[in-house]
Amino acid sequence: MKLARVIEHLSLEVFTSSANIDQEVTGGYCGDLLSHVLSSAAPGNLWITIQHHTNVVAVAQVAELAAVLLADGKQPNEAMLERASAGRIVLLGSSNSAFEISGRLRQLLTG
Amino acid sequence: MKHTIRAGDVAHGGSASARIKMELIQAGVDATTARRAGIVAFEGEMNLIVYSDNGGTISVAVKPHAVVIDVVDTGPGIEDIDLAMTPGYSTAPDWATDLGFGAGMGLINMQKHSDRFEIHSQIGTGTAIQCWIERKGDWAMKRQEAS
Repeated sequence: MKLARVIEHLSLEVFTSSANIDQEVTGGYCGDLLSHVLSSAAPGNLWITIQHHTNVVAVAQVAELAAVLLADGKQPNEAMLERASAGRIVLLGSSNSAFEISGRLRQLLTG
Repeated sequence: MKHTIRAGDVAHGGSASARIKMELIQAGVDATTARRAGIVAFEGEMNLIVYSDNGGTISVAVKPHAVVIDVVDTGPGIEDIDLAMTPGYSTAPDWATDLGFGAGMGLINMQKHSDRFEIHSQIGTGTAIQCWIERKGDWAMKRQEAS
């Protein structure tokens, strides 16, 4: 499913301006420990986390993730936004919990 | 390609790895190998930032059949490598774990994404890690072209 459709269905906020939202979402991964994300998330996954700092963007770049979705209403700071824009990483947000979003995403992708 | 990493420079953590991955793609390395190399470099880079006394270097060499990554620092050194390689074991300070580091998976991830992994460390001298990542995707492509 295209990222744009996921954004629409889950009513997600898009933080990055030059959003590359035409890409395919291959699945999801939820976690806040960066090494686990690097080890277990697959390319094209939507990563759901409450971590909101610049290193998160680097992980998404290296692991080739479709986007980073900040749960629980977490907001990216200026440095994170800058790095995401430079690295062409899509940053998304939701006021819902990681549990809630994961459930909805799974239903959307597999239902 | 040699990248110098400063100790404690968490704000730039991962920048060198993202750059290394891009440089590998530009050098004609296949996407799967570049991704594995990126993960190895990221874990090495964060180890230098979080644990090293004086920072260190990440050197990347593109060989015909492999990408070789060397991560070298000048201390403090690892007292017990087997313990450091135990999943979940970490000596990360609180500020690092708050950011999602210190899962005790860094060295293991480096080993997992390498085809050959060597680590040497001495207290007071430093740590040197060498990872060979075979360019399997490139071989497959070459075989396909040949057939």
